[in-house]
Amino acid sequence: MKKETSRLSITLNKTVRYVVLIFFTVLCLFPFYLLFINATRAHVDIQRGFSVLPGKHFVINSLNVLNNETILILRGMINSVIVSSLTVVLSIYFSVMTAYAIHAYDFRLKKAAFNFILLVMTIPTQVSALGFVKMITAMNMKDTFLPLIIPAIVAPSCVFFMKQYMESSLPLEIVEAARIDGSGEFSTFNRIILPIMKPALAVQAIFGFVSSWNNYFTPSLVLTKAEMKTLPLWIAYLRSADFTKFDMGQLYMMIAFSIFPVVIVYLVLSKFIVQGVTLGSVKG
Amino acid sequence: MSASQKKKKTVSYNKWGYIFLLPFFLIYCVFSLVPMLSTFYYSFFENYMSGLNTIGPNFVGFDNFIKLFTEADLLKYLENTVIMWLLGFIPQIAVSLMLAAWFTNNRLKLKASGFFKTVIYMPNLIMASAFSMLFFALFSNNGPINMLLMDAGVIEEPIHYMSSTWGARGLIALMNFLMWFGNTTILLMAGMMGIDPSLFEAAEVDGATSSQVFRTITMPLLKPILAYVMVTSLIGGLQMFDLPQILTNGKGGPDRTTMTLIMYLNNHLFSKNYGMAGALSVIIFIVTGALSVLVFKMLTSQREER
Repeated sequence: MKKETSRLSITLNKTVRYVVLIFFTVLCLFPFYLLFINATRAHVDIQRGFSVLPGKHFVINSLNVLNNETILILRGMINSVIVSSLTVVLSIYFSVMTAYAIHAYDFRLKKAAFNFILLVMTIPTQVSALGFVKMITAMNMKDTFLPLIIPAIVAPSCVFFMKQYMESSLPLEIVEAARIDGSGEFSTFNRIILPIMKPALAVQAIFGFVSSWNNYFTPSLVLTKAEMKTLPLWIAYLRSADFTKFDMGQLYMMIAFSIFPVVIVYLVLSKFIVQGVTLGSVKG
Repeated sequence: MSASQKKKKTVSYNKWGYIFLLPFFLIYCVFSLVPMLSTFYYSFFENYMSGLNTIGPNFVGFDNFIKLFTEADLLKYLENTVIMWLLGFIPQIAVSLMLAAWFTNNRLKLKASGFFKTVIYMPNLIMASAFSMLFFALFSNNGPINMLLMDAGVIEEPIHYMSSTWGARGLIALMNFLMWFGNTTILLMAGMMGIDPSLFEAAEVDGATSSQVFRTITMPLLKPILAYVMVTSLIGGLQMFDLPQILTNGKGGPDRTTMTLIMYLNNHLFSKNYGMAGALSVIIFIVTGALSVLVFKMLTSQREER
């Protein structure tokens, strides 16, 4: 009898928990669902009322966005892809290099260097924004992608992640063996170390790409010309435009253009990503 | 191999440590350190645009700092930032603790936990500016949310979220919550899974209930990671920018009650008031720097334990 009641309470407990979980799932998905629905509806339908079903304007809204001559969303997307890809390549390559320097070699400033990197990790980029803008203006680098891409070489949290990964899966015997085979240090790094780090590279490539894709603060200081703007800057432009004259179907579609590529990539790679979140942080 | 030979060999390789560190430190100095120091330097000058004329740069010592604390609304913006962070963080930590405890509880054996984790983490990767723009559209006066609530008969008149202080702050906090509770849940889960399972088994043998286990075993052992989550979240919170900037079109409305520190800095940068921007940067640096040292201590102490 007692056993039965306890089993009943466990089932009840479980049901409550599932209800709570489903509530948060809906909360997370609902905004994106509304975005999808409204991106497929015509302006008049959106003004008329709420709908749970998608409309028939998906293609028309997409074409309107692509053909818009003031708000260059497609151009913004291409710019975002260029900046994010180059950023990722530089940041993962040089982060592995930095982590490897500290992991594989014994030199006097090793500990100091690593501590310095950890300390830099949490200093916000915004505090150097003023000097940064003045400097790139003086260097004639305003309205180019260079000031967004080159600083990607310094990615302290990525270095930290790589260092953690090396500690668990890069035995130094491999390096020794390569030396005995006569491999130079730099080519050992490129030909042996980088391939071993592939899983870590993949995880950091995803995070690096997404954070560059989403970055708004620094690009807004650097890029002012329409044909150079990245997606977040166009989103900000949308917000500052006169709303009353805007085709809402197109507006939702523009938001969808900046959100859904990441969502699709995430759904494909989610297993990697969710595992990756914990790898780079503290372990309790 | 004799000891001296071995030593010689390691010495000859170790210069590569410096060579491999070079790109990182070189780029750091050029693109971060020098700009940061020059930012601090500007903080001691009066330098702004008055109409089309540039005033300064004239050396004024600590005047900009004094102005920030007396004439400007620095403390108000700090308060806004902290309030909006807390509004998002308190529910975030509570929900994340609860979910993480459920996901790691072996007795419960929840199904589809992989699916739930995937969904709750997703908002973290969304472009904050686009997310904010989406919320602006969804919660606008004749937007879908108001229409839905009116159709459902919950409200008669549309709610003007963006023109009430707590409406706007609430929306920003809600977005922050949605973007970060999945991430925090996963971090806390890692912490909970690191706890020695024999402790839970012993508690079960002694007949402890789930909530007793949570209070007496999970929470105390989770303290370090909780502290880490809190401090890193606070550092992130002080940098809050994209969400309120886009939601309020940079105005921090209504009546600058959602204006954050970084939005304030951004305004000074765009109006070319470099002296004030510099002074504000120094203050933000000091506050986050102090918090960073805390995180740094946590990270290094955790490393030494291993």
